[in-house]
Amino acid sequence: MTESLAITKFSDLANPTRFLALAARILPWLSALTTLLFAVGLYLAFSTEGDYQQGDTVRIMYVHVPAAWLSMMCYSVMALSAIGTLVWRHPLADVSHKAAAPLGAAFTLIALVTGSLWGKPMWGTWWVWDARLTSVFVLFLMYLGIIALNRAMDDPSRAARVSAVLILVGFVNIPIIKFSVDWWNTLHQPASVIRLGGPTIDGEFLRPLLVMAVAFTLLFFTLHIMAIRNEIWRRRVSTQRRMAARLAGREG
Amino acid sequence: MTALLLRDLKLSIRAGGGALIGVLFFMTVVAVIPFGVGPDLNLLSRIGPAIVWIGALLAALLGLDRLFQTEREDGSLDLLLMQEHPLVLVVLVKCLAHWLANVLPLVIASPLLGLFMNMDEVAIGAVMLTLLVGSPALTFIGAVGAAVAVTLPRGGLLVSILVLPLCVPVLIFGVSASYAAVEDPAPFLPPFLILTAITMFFAVLGPVGAALALRNAGD
Repeated sequence: MTESLAITKFSDLANPTRFLALAARILPWLSALTTLLFAVGLYLAFSTEGDYQQGDTVRIMYVHVPAAWLSMMCYSVMALSAIGTLVWRHPLADVSHKAAAPLGAAFTLIALVTGSLWGKPMWGTWWVWDARLTSVFVLFLMYLGIIALNRAMDDPSRAARVSAVLILVGFVNIPIIKFSVDWWNTLHQPASVIRLGGPTIDGEFLRPLLVMAVAFTLLFFTLHIMAIRNEIWRRRVSTQRRMAARLAGREG
Repeated sequence: MTALLLRDLKLSIRAGGGALIGVLFFMTVVAVIPFGVGPDLNLLSRIGPAIVWIGALLAALLGLDRLFQTEREDGSLDLLLMQEHPLVLVVLVKCLAHWLANVLPLVIASPLLGLFMNMDEVAIGAVMLTLLVGSPALTFIGAVGAAVAVTLPRGGLLVSILVLPLCVPVLIFGVSASYAAVEDPAPFLPPFLILTAITMFFAVLGPVGAALALRNAGD
């Protein structure tokens, strides 16, 4: 019963007006919460002790790790939306994965850049062809490819369906990224927070890290909802323009 | 299905040089590398397997964007979509035909290029074997890209951009298996078996994805 209720609620969102109303109600709260968490997270990140070995550079972790998590979560959200597009023909799912692609690319870029900045003092090099780094770079390229494909097609609904197929095929990369550090023993350290047997990271670093992770997740959802809203508005504007042009053509 | 296979084979061989263009491109790419890195034979023999693999990868991608586009232009794609055979099978057969006509010649040409690269017999054999096993995966992955970009007027470059990132695992395991055959401590079999597994995996996923994209690309 609850599941069918959830499904009706979800398909209600297919109506863009309902979604816009919901977004207008949620967005202020979400953005306020995101700002608050970022403030707390950043305060914690700068007030905790530096690592005895890494010193202050350990603080890069509080941006790097959440961004890397988000880059994978964003692709998973896109894959879910792609299933929504192909299976249920949910109109909002089209917009959702189109809007998420640039966000995912941005988070992946942040993870790559901060990782590179962290790698220079710690590993002594900006970049190595390590399994984790390479697979994340491939993820970045895939985001760009999906954006390019979306741009290349005129008809938005067809672009959405075709790029949904591509997203689902590209999803094979996500487990590769997740387990790359376990399968290949290279420079990047293995997972230390989400693992069987509890985190191996000290509580001192864990607290700000988790707060920052939640803050990044909320930031993603805030931006995602905003991007979906913008895309709906953009489509409405272009439809209105087309109608206006048609009317003008009829009168002239 | 056999008729479709034969038809595709004939078409790709008879149309404008067909397979030879791919082989020619492959040889050109591999022949240009020594100009870039210098004529040091030891260095060439060390990076040889990687170069042959990259050349083959690029050459295999070369003709891929035409995989479904010619069909779409003359309208036979609609016939393929409407007939009663499952579309997945049709795509699989088309991939096989493309592989036989365009990629198999590359595999056959690779020993010659191995000689150019001053590789020894074991390395040449390993590269040829890994190419034989790994290159179908490239075709199957490429089929998804080709199907996704089938309606685009200038999809060629886009197909390469979409497909290359997904080809990275094939390249990694192909090259590491070739190196493992030459260098002693690393065992040859594990990367080779993983390469085989990747090919099998994409033999299933590729046609399914391509069929899905083709159905959705129709107007």
